[in-house]
Amino acid sequence: MSQRITIDVNHLTRVEGHGNIVVNVTDGVIERCEWQIPEAPRFFEAMVRGRHYSEVARITSRICGICSIGHTLASVIATEAALGIEATPQTRRLRTLLKHAENFDSHVLHVYVLVAPDLLGAPSVFPLVQTHPDVVARALRLKRLGHEWGSAIGGRSTHPTTAVPGGFTRVPRVRDLEALRDKILAAVPDLEATVDTIAALAPAIPAFERPTEYMAVSSHDEYGLFGGFVQTILADGDRASYEVADYRSCTNEYVSPLSTAKYTRNRLGSYAAGALARFNVNADMLHPEAKRVAERLGLAPVCVNPYMNPVAQVVEIVHSVHEGLRLIDELLAAGIGDELLAEPTSCGTGAAAVEVPRGILFHEYTFDAEGICTEADCIIPTGQNHGNIQLDFEALLPQLLAQDKSEDEMRLAFEMLVRAYDPCISCSTHHLDVTFVR
Amino acid sequence: MAQLRIAFFDFASCEGCQIEFTNYGDVATLQLLEHVEIVEFREAMTETTDGRIDVAFVEGSFTREADRARLQEIRARARTVVAYGACACTGGINALKNHQDDFAEYVYGDAARMPHLRSGTARPISAAIKVDYEVRGCPMSKDELLLVLSNLIHGTEHWVPTYPVCVECKRRETICRYDEGDHCMGQVARAGCGAPCPADGVPCEACRGFVEDANLNALERVLVDRGGLSQRRAVGKSRMFTANPRS
Repeated sequence: MSQRITIDVNHLTRVEGHGNIVVNVTDGVIERCEWQIPEAPRFFEAMVRGRHYSEVARITSRICGICSIGHTLASVIATEAALGIEATPQTRRLRTLLKHAENFDSHVLHVYVLVAPDLLGAPSVFPLVQTHPDVVARALRLKRLGHEWGSAIGGRSTHPTTAVPGGFTRVPRVRDLEALRDKILAAVPDLEATVDTIAALAPAIPAFERPTEYMAVSSHDEYGLFGGFVQTILADGDRASYEVADYRSCTNEYVSPLSTAKYTRNRLGSYAAGALARFNVNADMLHPEAKRVAERLGLAPVCVNPYMNPVAQVVEIVHSVHEGLRLIDELLAAGIGDELLAEPTSCGTGAAAVEVPRGILFHEYTFDAEGICTEADCIIPTGQNHGNIQLDFEALLPQLLAQDKSEDEMRLAFEMLVRAYDPCISCSTHHLDVTFVR
Repeated sequence: MAQLRIAFFDFASCEGCQIEFTNYGDVATLQLLEHVEIVEFREAMTETTDGRIDVAFVEGSFTREADRARLQEIRARARTVVAYGACACTGGINALKNHQDDFAEYVYGDAARMPHLRSGTARPISAAIKVDYEVRGCPMSKDELLLVLSNLIHGTEHWVPTYPVCVECKRRETICRYDEGDHCMGQVARAGCGAPCPADGVPCEACRGFVEDANLNALERVLVDRGGLSQRRAVGKSRMFTANPRS
């Protein structure tokens, strides 16, 4: 074993936002093993104070370009809770369809562009244009579908325009929904090929286990996306539930000197959010096709290997496609039409929890009688995962040292671990680098 | 024709404009990759380059003095610099905090004084380096980015409209937001986006910035008199994506 290991990954690549990995080991003694977040802080909660309720979601959407649909919906739903606005069944269906578009879109990008190159031994997706042209073309087709899906419902897939407090300013026409259904149906062969690709690459996924707490939105009606309650599960299957309005009681934010993002914890020293957490909490509510894919890919709850998060994302891609098709059929059967925006009936404080691609997202606002925002709080999934990534690092490093891995192998193991979480660091209004020494 | 070597860099932003770059689909993207070589793009690739960069696309605002050196290094390496997205072109939504003095304490409490949480004024990258082209908007228009790239590949001059968004609403026959009982900033907002927001039933909030010589006093008056906004909301509204030009 070499006596000294130094890993210093400044601004880790193939993640959204900026993170550093710092690991120092000298004479076999671990001196530092840190996941650090140097992202420039952006202060959204301060910026929405004094804003009218109709403007708030369009500002907080800008927290994150890739989860902007989720941030818009979390903001809109929390605003409605604060102002006594009741959404119609059509609005709720359209929002769910829009949410599936985002999870599909983001997961496709993450699995194909950010994760697959590691499993194929390539530094990025671009060399794959030569070596695996069919995979790249499929990825780009699916990504385009996610974009068109989100745009058909939300006006745009990045910073949607039409989803506002009270409903939708423009709803898709019957022909738009029919066209969208045809596009999604046409993608089903690509979906099967995606599962085949991941099944072929699965042996390259590292075997590492660290039980933690998993947190997700749950609902009695569906695989949790928004509405319902917050549920956590431990590796032994022990569950706990929390009301969305009481989200502070299960997030417990604190400031770390390692990060410009705030950290969170609940029953253990940290918890995980994201596709794997959702799967662990809600697997029984998945669409049957998604359950079949999970079984084929060897994913079963409670899975405690964080490297399996992208596999859970593939399961969710399949789930979103089939749920999306079902929702479109329901909307068409119910006869989609224009509805007036529902108006405020009271004022006060309201919270929402929404499952964005990277995990559970909380927004809470207080509005005065004129509909002006006086307080805001946003807790972002990646912020919730940072503490868990740190504890994974601390468990992983001794294992890698015991396996006598080279510095390069260790660096890759740490980088792949972080990428598995699909961190969305720019999100963190409240956000790391790797340095390694053995 | 030699491939253009292009690179992408990011500063304080949501990275949504990068995401737009992934939305062209298989046919257009693979055709584009016949004409350009992407040599650096941290969010999508591990490879970096020491060689020549023909076009650097920069996203995000300049908010920390430490970022100045990074921007200057990009400028020194690149023949052409394109600022893309509202954050890079005007400061965008990040500039809203430029009108507050307690933003750090509000978000981080007593911990706000920790050195890594310091953040200064959100500025366009042109406050630090020379910018050759801008692709404005929040998010930027991916078609416009492609047009800039196409013009650079072919060596043709890039043109951006100087008229306001109202022109584009008229052209696509969108009913005026004011006639719908709403308010709007399209009368002073830079066009080029194709006016999607009013067509989707929401007001234009000038994410591409203002036209030259925009009458901003009149904007506030129209927002109050015709839009029915309170004076305070009208002032706030006029700063949505344009807090820097309103300082």
